[in-house]
Amino acid sequence: MLSCRSVLKKLPPLARASSTLCRLNGRRAVLNHGRPVRVPAANMSTGPSGLGRDTQLYIALVGAATFAGGVYAYRTVKSDQRRYQERIDDISSRPLKLSSQQTDEPINFSEPTATEATETAVEATETEPIAEPEAAPSPEEPIPPAPEAEAAAAPTETTEPVPVQTPAVEATPALPEVPSHAPYLLIGGGTASFAAARSIRARDPGAKVLIVTEESEFPYMRPPLSKELWFSDDSSVTETLRFKQWNGKERSIYFQPPSFYIQAEELASAENGGVAVLSGRKVVHMDVRGNKVKLDDDTEISYDKCLIATGGVPRNLQAIERAGEEVMKRTTLFRKIDDFKSLDKVSREAKSIAIIGGGFLGSELACALGRKSSEFGLEVMQMFPEKGNMGKVLPEYLSNWTTEKVKREGVQVIAEALVKSVTFKDDRLEIKLRDGRLVQTDHIVAAVGLEPNVDLAKSAGLEVDSDFGGFRVNAELQARSNIWVAGDAACFYDIRLGRRRVEHHDHAVVSGRLAGENMTGANKPYWHQSMFWSDLGPDVGYEAIGIVDSSLPTVGVFAKATAKDTPRAATEDSGTGIRSESETEETAVSPVASSTPAPALEQQRDNYGKGVIFYLRDKVVVGIILWNVFNRMPVARKIIKDGEEHADLNEVAKLFNIHED
Amino acid sequence: MSYCRQEGKDRIIFVTKEDHEAPSNAELVADDPNDPYEEQGLILPSGDINWNCPCLGGMASGPCGSQFKEAFSCFHYSSEEVKGSECIDNFRNMQECMQKYPELYPQDEDKESSTQAESDSGAASAAPSEGSALSPETDATPSTSDPSPDSASPTDSQMAS
Repeated sequence: MLSCRSVLKKLPPLARASSTLCRLNGRRAVLNHGRPVRVPAANMSTGPSGLGRDTQLYIALVGAATFAGGVYAYRTVKSDQRRYQERIDDISSRPLKLSSQQTDEPINFSEPTATEATETAVEATETEPIAEPEAAPSPEEPIPPAPEAEAAAAPTETTEPVPVQTPAVEATPALPEVPSHAPYLLIGGGTASFAAARSIRARDPGAKVLIVTEESEFPYMRPPLSKELWFSDDSSVTETLRFKQWNGKERSIYFQPPSFYIQAEELASAENGGVAVLSGRKVVHMDVRGNKVKLDDDTEISYDKCLIATGGVPRNLQAIERAGEEVMKRTTLFRKIDDFKSLDKVSREAKSIAIIGGGFLGSELACALGRKSSEFGLEVMQMFPEKGNMGKVLPEYLSNWTTEKVKREGVQVIAEALVKSVTFKDDRLEIKLRDGRLVQTDHIVAAVGLEPNVDLAKSAGLEVDSDFGGFRVNAELQARSNIWVAGDAACFYDIRLGRRRVEHHDHAVVSGRLAGENMTGANKPYWHQSMFWSDLGPDVGYEAIGIVDSSLPTVGVFAKATAKDTPRAATEDSGTGIRSESETEETAVSPVASSTPAPALEQQRDNYGKGVIFYLRDKVVVGIILWNVFNRMPVARKIIKDGEEHADLNEVAKLFNIHED
Repeated sequence: MSYCRQEGKDRIIFVTKEDHEAPSNAELVADDPNDPYEEQGLILPSGDINWNCPCLGGMASGPCGSQFKEAFSCFHYSSEEVKGSECIDNFRNMQECMQKYPELYPQDEDKESSTQAESDSGAASAAPSEGSALSPETDATPSTSDPSPDSASPTDSQMAS
């Protein structure tokens, strides 16, 4: 037994299985030995050492077995070590072998890389030796992914041509562009990812950041896809994807032009680092213990720090999924650039479009398409289960008011509509609602929410939140050591407002930035509250911050329109560059108090032209909407940050100067 | 006079301009200027430059990021009489780098004039001035995180430039 134990100490944990067995047996044997043997003389036949013959035999067998097991384990480990060493030597020697064999090939490769190389001439010489081992056709035997220590050491030495351990690359004719190691690996190529990349590059000089995205696009911003791009006068907008900002200046939806990024294959050797985008690849497996990920083409990338910013996938209605191919072909789940392009095409060709969903996306698209309705002779319908547009966000009175505005944009609003089934009939789509109503249309846009993409949770062993969905992370956006999550997919702990998951653009920017800061050692919690905004036509534009849920009690303070006031076209104020000549610009609506002899032009109704709405939770303001009131977000942010109980919210509202512009 | 109404759990108040004329008596908590959690402006409390300031756009993170950082750091810490006069080489490096990326760093007139105002060294060709010059670089981050451009419409920065 003693010999067994000393052998155990030498063996690495690979021998754990056998060692456990050994230990158990050992313990049992010790127990048998150690205890004074109380032999009921009558039951056992005694052997020479005083133990029963059966027991002796048993001990002998167990001893032999454990010894044999120990020997086997020892030999396996030794041979593994030997094989590993051989493999390493083989790989190190390979570049030298290749350079002698393929002297002509590298020149072809290094030239394009040299011209592409944006860094100094030093880099060109570096890419050459690196290109050689990578240029080799895939070796006969697949190279196992390099052990972490090896790979981590290699790319940090950028000045020497390090034999990069490329995992088994399939025989692609082009340069194998997937680096085997990325110090900063960002999974997902959206807003959060880009914000993190920028943050990392700002804080870590010479940082090498690799973005891996499923999409074939460089990182771009989403809000214009449902707003500004639809209002563009440019007919080639679907190609250029440029829009006009509030200040009149044009810009592209892409955060940066392609020249901002470096090529993925140059990442390892880039002297000052850079951001590389590997597009059209999906990360399918994550090995947290080994600090590496696997792509859909079986290539592996190891990392030092990883960000998961996988965003989400639009939800669909079961009724549509069940309805079959013809219906699915005529349904758009709107999220990406391609969806925008195809919907733009549909809006020109179809006679009728039905939008299902009454939230931000649905309402914005409805308004955007509604404006085109007269231009194209297009019927635009919007249906949702709530009573009014933004029913889950705005208090009922405001939701109703907003719905009227949406209708004025040319949209046929069908409220309290639950879709029961959709069928393809007579070359049209027929939507049947639960209350029996039938709606005929040519095309459906489903804007019924987002399903956060947590595909990697299983392989990575990361926690998924059951209340909000998404990866569960702490206040610093960290899921586990070296893994952060930001954007739509992150269910994080907000110190002030509690655990939540936010699906807004500014949150993606703020959380991406924060994740980038924390990936470079900042250790800051989510503190700067993100905001969001929406515009629904020329009369309704608002900015909001915090938890804005219509189920919470609200206090709304609105500027009372007097006979002297004329409501200004909020387009200039709205800050989103929507230029529209409002033909329906009315003069002030009559005041609501019946005491005054109302110079009522129309019926007496409240005009919620502009104001502030506070959302309360246990008497503390947790959310604020600035309704047609702009440039006051810092005040709103401060109020939420304070988290104080205010006795009179009218006093708080004074801070916003809602009567001024 | 203000007018108040209750609709279920929601309270609605209409106020005239006169109602809101008196200053607010709502109490706000005093801010701690050294709060480590808060977003910082361009210059940190320690005096260092905050390279992650949204106001810099992508200047510190782009392909010419390191040259920009060197040049601007040199300028920032310069204690010469003509501030930044010893940083001419750094600025030249930066300019050379930026010329390689005309898409990212447009070399236009207003950039020149704004930088003349910034530094009197004359050699500086692109100091980090907010504004049109940085439009391709700045991205959709809320300007409200930075104290000075708070007055700019928040929506500007979101969509941003």
